[in-house]
Amino acid sequence: MRLRILKDRWIRITFRTLLLLTLSLVVLIGIGLFIKSLPLLKDQNIFLILTGSTWSPLKGQFGFLPFITGTVSVTLIALIIAAPLCILSSIYLVEYASDILKKTVLPLINVLAAIPPVLYGVWGILFVVPLISNYIGPAFGNNSSGYSILSGGIVLAVMIFPIMISIMVEVLQTIPPDLKAASLSLGATRWETIQKVILKKVRPGIIAAIVLATSRAFGETIAVLMVCGNIPQIPKSLFDAGYPIPALIANNFGEMMSIPHYDAALMFAALLLLAIIFLFNLISRLILNKLEEKA
Amino acid sequence: MSTIKSRLRREKIAKILMQLAGIGITGSLFLIIGIILFKGLPYLTWDMISQTPQGGFYIGKEGGILNAILGSFYLAGLSTILACIIGLPIAIYLNVYIAQSSSLARVSKLLFDILFGIPSIVYGAIAFSIMIALGIRASLLGGVITITLLTIPIVVRTLDELLKTIPLDLKNTTTSLGATPWQTAQILLKYIKPGIFTALLLAFGRAIGDVAGVLLTTGFSDNLPLYLDEPAATLPLAIFFQLSSPIPEVQGRAYASALILTFIILIIVICTHILASRQKKHRL
Repeated sequence: MRLRILKDRWIRITFRTLLLLTLSLVVLIGIGLFIKSLPLLKDQNIFLILTGSTWSPLKGQFGFLPFITGTVSVTLIALIIAAPLCILSSIYLVEYASDILKKTVLPLINVLAAIPPVLYGVWGILFVVPLISNYIGPAFGNNSSGYSILSGGIVLAVMIFPIMISIMVEVLQTIPPDLKAASLSLGATRWETIQKVILKKVRPGIIAAIVLATSRAFGETIAVLMVCGNIPQIPKSLFDAGYPIPALIANNFGEMMSIPHYDAALMFAALLLLAIIFLFNLISRLILNKLEEKA
Repeated sequence: MSTIKSRLRREKIAKILMQLAGIGITGSLFLIIGIILFKGLPYLTWDMISQTPQGGFYIGKEGGILNAILGSFYLAGLSTILACIIGLPIAIYLNVYIAQSSSLARVSKLLFDILFGIPSIVYGAIAFSIMIALGIRASLLGGVITITLLTIPIVVRTLDELLKTIPLDLKNTTTSLGATPWQTAQILLKYIKPGIFTALLLAFGRAIGDVAGVLLTTGFSDNLPLYLDEPAATLPLAIFFQLSSPIPEVQGRAYASALILTFIILIIVICTHILASRQKKHRL
């Protein structure tokens, strides 16, 4: 009798310690990155770093604007492609599709989620890049190499399909059937019901899904790096090469450490990513929490 | 109010659009696998899977990527085991020992979401600078630690969702019979047994496919991985390196390597699917 209670107490303490240690990782990583990027932050004004457009570490110029615009434009392109497609198809899956169709498509989406980034990159190089340099680029009178923010955006869009769809389907399933029945019985067509009742009801959930997918897109490294061209410039058109923040870290970390402030700058890049992801997750969690409380 | 005809027409158009979107999304999966299969199959030979790189492998001479395949399996296997050892107790603690409404549970949920969302390159960069500070060079061990950190949130999140599906009655019954939380946990674990393997497979799948985390921490080697403190090759990194070569033969091998990785991932997904359906039956 005593023994099992004693055992339980020890297990409780061990488990709790494990939990707290793991949770403190978030804080530790944040502090670690901050300390590591301090040399740069002390030396230069943070606003100048964020808005500077010249990246030449040898001259001590660390303008992050090209990378920020690179990340933002690639992510935006991905969202513009993925969001409408995912909203439409998850509505179809929940409202129209038969059970058999649902049971075939949802596992396929899971496969898409399981495909590693590097395979997306290979696909991007084999399919998306040639598609843009041979067909889409020339159609717009642009002789792009294909390694562009548009390629990055397309690859990224496919990568965020699964996370968007799985959250949207979940949110759509929380709609009470009574609500739909009421609207349908008033003579609305199904599409009108979707437009005027369902979409209004799930708007916060859809926003949460998009926000979460955005934070995933921000951090994606290898697949985007492989198709984006990686030139530190501010992209002026869809067919220009860009250089997202994660690619900057992956390409340069561990090299040229002798250049002053170089590793501090890369750590600052990582800190920037962490901050953005923290913020976006917080927003989507708050929205989803509110939805769960209502449901 | 528009006529009933135009309303029905709009309904039809919307439905077609939705179907097209769905076809586009599922189609992209087949497009990816199809293209990798089409490009990789001609280069896939038995040597690729059974040999290590010989002299001149990277200029198109004989050899294979056994080193990378084994390296990836070691790395993913070890990290998955470690992640499970750490993640399983955490998931149990969150579900059995503390109330769902407690602030610790809420904060944990948010922080695990964030840990889950931290890109692997950030984990890699952090691990790399710690390794430099401690004077450890890129090695299998460095990779295992990085990937473990990456996979813990996956294990915790999957198990957490699983434990939430257990009817409260079961928990209450055991508790009311006088069981300690640990004894309750043991019963719940029996209940979700197939699901635990699902979580492990998901973590394994993510671990074996990750590049950004191992890029800095694990290094690369043409030898078979034998020791924890030596650099080891990994499959995704092998694809990445071979792809950047200008020699067509080497690029072809990158496609074949990608095909091998695709096979591994597909096998994992199928196993996960089977286990998940078994969990449903298991649930009674």
